[in-house]
Amino acid sequence: MAYVAVKGGEDAIAHAHAWLAEARRGDPAVPELSVAQIGQQLGLAVDRVMAEGSCHDRGLAALAIKQARGDLIEAAFLLRAYRTTLPRFGASAPLDTAAMLVRRRISATYKDLPGGQVLGPTFDYTHRLLDFALEAEGAPPPEPAPEAEADGAPMPRVSGILAQEGLMAAEPASEAPPGDLTREPLAFPADRPLRLQALARGDEGFLLALGYSTQRGYGNAHPFVGEIRVGEVAVGLTPPELGFEISIGDITVTECGMVNQFAGSKTEPPQFTRGYGLVFGHGERKAMAMALVDRSLRAAELGEEAAAPAQSPEFVLYHCDNVDATGFVEHLKLPHYVDFQSELEKIRTLRATADAAQREAAE
Amino acid sequence: MTIAAGYNFGYLDEATKRMIRRAILKAVAIPGHQVPFGSREMPLPYGWGTGGIQVTASVIGPDDVLKVIDQGADDTTNAVSIRRFFAKVAGVATTGRTAEATLIQTRHRIPETPLREGQILVYQVPMPEPLFRLEPRVAETQRMHALADYGLMHVKLYEDIARYGHVAISYNYPVMVNRRYLMAPSPIPAFDNPKMDRMPALQLFGAGREKRIYAVPPHTEVRSLDFEDHPFVPIRADAACSLCGSRDTYLDEIVTDDRGGRRFICSDTDWCASRREEGR
Repeated sequence: MAYVAVKGGEDAIAHAHAWLAEARRGDPAVPELSVAQIGQQLGLAVDRVMAEGSCHDRGLAALAIKQARGDLIEAAFLLRAYRTTLPRFGASAPLDTAAMLVRRRISATYKDLPGGQVLGPTFDYTHRLLDFALEAEGAPPPEPAPEAEADGAPMPRVSGILAQEGLMAAEPASEAPPGDLTREPLAFPADRPLRLQALARGDEGFLLALGYSTQRGYGNAHPFVGEIRVGEVAVGLTPPELGFEISIGDITVTECGMVNQFAGSKTEPPQFTRGYGLVFGHGERKAMAMALVDRSLRAAELGEEAAAPAQSPEFVLYHCDNVDATGFVEHLKLPHYVDFQSELEKIRTLRATADAAQREAAE
Repeated sequence: MTIAAGYNFGYLDEATKRMIRRAILKAVAIPGHQVPFGSREMPLPYGWGTGGIQVTASVIGPDDVLKVIDQGADDTTNAVSIRRFFAKVAGVATTGRTAEATLIQTRHRIPETPLREGQILVYQVPMPEPLFRLEPRVAETQRMHALADYGLMHVKLYEDIARYGHVAISYNYPVMVNRRYLMAPSPIPAFDNPKMDRMPALQLFGAGREKRIYAVPPHTEVRSLDFEDHPFVPIRADAACSLCGSRDTYLDEIVTDDRGGRRFICSDTDWCASRREEGR
């Protein structure tokens, strides 16, 4: 009977999954991609999946990318679903990004500054011409880039340099443990640690568009890149049985400190304010977008007019998570014929009522 | 059936189950009130029943008999997928028979067979907030619930009647629970709303992505919003099931050709099959 096809069944699911596995592998004549290759040669995809999957594990993120056929949102979802099953041993100490082993560090506000500018591995200033030489396989690996001796000079953060002069608004210090939105549902008003948590795992595309909107007049931003730094930082943890902090390893992070104008208020003199972005791996676009959106979400607390989408915490935080968003958008694929049937009956009733009223008016 | 290795009974760890059970207890104590809970990422996507799955995983026991329906049917793909998930991670017995089940997880329908005391009906909920189309800000709707300020919804119903002559809501039709909280019954057809009223079974609602749980305890009053001069009318297709002949159940409309041909069959496949068996 015709309706049986609509209702599918166990066999259909099993066969669809078999087909999916075949499609994932592609032509068996082409060598299989290894997880190590993904980790090494698609490193920025791995970084993005770690950031949005909010789990720092390069191997698992690479595996997720392989399993998801390169669909990075699907890969982030796989990683999240795994992460949520892991036991929690405790919280790390705050990362000291001033002590970062810097691979890249640039400031757009100072020509030169303590520690200097380090361009690092960046697409900036490359000409975006397809390099057909990469098509050829088996080419020898590129010559190692020339290396300068590290001078070991400290690299203080730009926000700190401005704060010394009193030009950068101080952030209120707090010893209170930050909330954890993976354990407790988001509630409003959401404080800044919670907002930053949500943004750090938020969708890069969504935050990019929102950050962009603040530059185009929807939010009145006046940002400068105080600093972007990429590199390795040590993660410290104090195990209760030891009672002192130990380093449990290094992770790569990207940090962006945006410097924003602030006109001042009755209680505050004119000064600069911070927008902050921090993401796992090398993700400058995401860190910058996050810093723009972080600052625009502070509009209300700074007494600024808050009318743009990027200034509405509920709008931004409820919609920035791509695992949430993709689930709800894609669930429209599930059958809805019961609801659609009641809509059909309702619209037929409404049309009959409208027809009757029209006929009455014509008579 | 054996339980999948490496996973706890019911997939969730015991601490998470306890957190969800606490939310459920609170929800039962305040019928119709949405209780926030620390919803987890599940191995199924948000929007595909993760709220219902987490509620089911928290209340299911080894002796339970589970039924899962989607659109009233046991053999729709998502129902199959969720039933297989619990067979794998909890090893429980599953059934298609409403009367045999102790726990029923549903999307978009309430079974036609009246439920009895001791059964639990778990609804999958996409949007727990009944007011969200009228007021998207959660902070604002929470205030409205606290003050039982539901004028906005009454005005919406009034405007529908003024414009169209009828309330233009056909599913997810808002209800008042225990005369206190306005509640979204999840996207069940308005036809099913009267079944919620004083139902002997416990009704639990789980919204995973929105991180809310709410409940209607057994024998609780559930009223569909209406006006004295425009009483609530449950709607269904004015036809008989072409398989079992039923004239009082909810029907799916099947398009049989491209010349306007239609036939109707019961959306509740268990009910329809049972009636046909009895008829023979």
